[in-house]
Amino acid sequence: MQILSPRTVFAALVLTLFAAMPWLANTFDQSHYQDVFARIMIWSIAAVSLNLMLGFGGMVSFGHALYLGVAGYAVGIAAHHEITNAWLQWSIGLLSCALISAIFGAISLRTRGVYFIMITMALSQMVYFLIISAEEYGSDDGLVIYARSDFGLAWLDLNDAMIRYYLIFVLLIGCLYFSYRLVNSRFGMVVRGARSNQDRVEAMGYSTYWYRLTCFVIAGVMCGIAGLLSANVEEFISPDTLHWTRSGELIFMVVLGGMGSVFGPVTGALVFHLLSKELAEITTHWHLVFGPFLVLIVLFAPRGIDSLFGLSRGIGGRADK
Amino acid sequence: MDWVLLAEQCLNGFQLGVLLFLIAAGLTLTFGIMDFVNLAHGSLYMLGAFVCATVATWTDSYLLGVLLGLPVLLALGMLIEVVALRTLYQRDHLDQVLATFGLILFFNELVQVIWPLDGMNIAMPEILSGTMILPLGIEYSTFRMMIIVVGLVVAGGLWYAVGATRIGMQVRAGASNRRMASALGINISLLFTVVFGVGAMLAGLSGMLVTPILGATSGMGEQVIILTFVVVVVGGIGSIRGAFLAAVLIGLIDTMGRSFLDVLLLTVFSANAAEAAGPALSSMLIYVFMIVVLFFRPQGLFPPRGA
Repeated sequence: MQILSPRTVFAALVLTLFAAMPWLANTFDQSHYQDVFARIMIWSIAAVSLNLMLGFGGMVSFGHALYLGVAGYAVGIAAHHEITNAWLQWSIGLLSCALISAIFGAISLRTRGVYFIMITMALSQMVYFLIISAEEYGSDDGLVIYARSDFGLAWLDLNDAMIRYYLIFVLLIGCLYFSYRLVNSRFGMVVRGARSNQDRVEAMGYSTYWYRLTCFVIAGVMCGIAGLLSANVEEFISPDTLHWTRSGELIFMVVLGGMGSVFGPVTGALVFHLLSKELAEITTHWHLVFGPFLVLIVLFAPRGIDSLFGLSRGIGGRADK
Repeated sequence: MDWVLLAEQCLNGFQLGVLLFLIAAGLTLTFGIMDFVNLAHGSLYMLGAFVCATVATWTDSYLLGVLLGLPVLLALGMLIEVVALRTLYQRDHLDQVLATFGLILFFNELVQVIWPLDGMNIAMPEILSGTMILPLGIEYSTFRMMIIVVGLVVAGGLWYAVGATRIGMQVRAGASNRRMASALGINISLLFTVVFGVGAMLAGLSGMLVTPILGATSGMGEQVIILTFVVVVVGGIGSIRGAFLAAVLIGLIDTMGRSFLDVLLLTVFSANAAEAAGPALSSMLIYVFMIVVLFFRPQGLFPPRGA
């Protein structure tokens, strides 16, 4: 890849903006923007993880927000029982994401097309209703998290907004680098190949089911990271986090930014949140504009913002019907 | 166990099933014929409720609300199909899902702009607001009984229309092979507009039927759309008969689970465990049912013949 292609320059600019945001927010006396961008980066991680399935694997999961909620509730429930050790909390959170995505993936990957969309959606709704019925953990009112995860390290104290912000930033970079390496690896080739022509990949001797399942689990765990971070930023978790409409928003971020481009979902999350924030300030009925905007993007720019930079080099693109 | 309660819950489950069927009928046909995923189908259910509530408030008659609401929903459905959805048939499922998701956001907000923020409530018509005594001394709400009867009549009508009329034959032909049907001279795109309109009308009818009980609120569509998807998937995409049987099954399983699962659990577990696990398990029951069905029959329980 050309080092200085417009695409890389743009990605570098966005990441620099992320890195400089606490300073910028402070300089222009708009300190709430630090929180706004912390959230944007968290959603970026979730969108990057979804893109592994959606953009590269061609698996339209409509229940991806589930893992945000699972990891978030792991933090919340642990804190509720006064376990604040971050190492323990985060391991529980990510392991539950891995376990749940392995089980749900194994079930839903048996199906194709519309059935896959609906099963992933129904499974995430199942957990949603399960949480609503759990009265000890606040049911549909949600659960206030009174103490953030405690790593026991002074330089990693999550109560410090600045440390929190840069931890999210570093993890976002990590996830981006990981997914870049993953989609260009042999594993990534098989997953992408299975999207464009499954029979051919099978004929080459790969069991696409297991490759897809692994991809499903990796995406679930990566989204779990976003969930852990979100619980620590908001100090609150509610069933709303994993409602299927959240999953819909995640898909929109990925498509808006450009599916199948490694950096696209970050652009998508950024534009999605800034746009909805600005629109919400103009009118409370901003969904009235946002809904049709979504329809128009789907109809006229299905390759997202990333397509402005020209065709990407064979990576990604959309699965044919 | 109390047998009268059991019978009453059976009827409640059946009533839920009938409502689900009304929504699922349109959805399963649009899937079957056009291979089109419409998340916004729940919005039509919601619009039906609001239109009916508005007319009923103006005219002080619930019956008029329903009778005038039906053609409005039919027209609205056809309009939405022609304006927004038609271009999406050639796209992949992801685009369809996303665009109709956008429509949901739009309609939910639109409803909040036009109608009061906290929704609308209307009174039950006087004749139907009481209870009636069924054989064996079971007392049951007349209005809910009316829902069951209306649902059964519509189901029978649909079964006849799809199974025994010319247009029904075209619908079935379209569902089993769209291209072949089109090559034989059926105007698939017109047919689909009509099917979509009728589906919208039925989803609207379902919304109208629940308005006196639940009221009309923004976002009420999302609560039923997932259940409806479960019905369609379990019943087999494209099959009216499958949608009906699956809807009744799921209505019964859901209602029975919510009322009796904790009692059943009590026979095995301690009171505390049963009280905690009961609601959790019963809310998961239909999804578990769907998973089991799809595991053994990925094409659903009653897939359309010839598909």
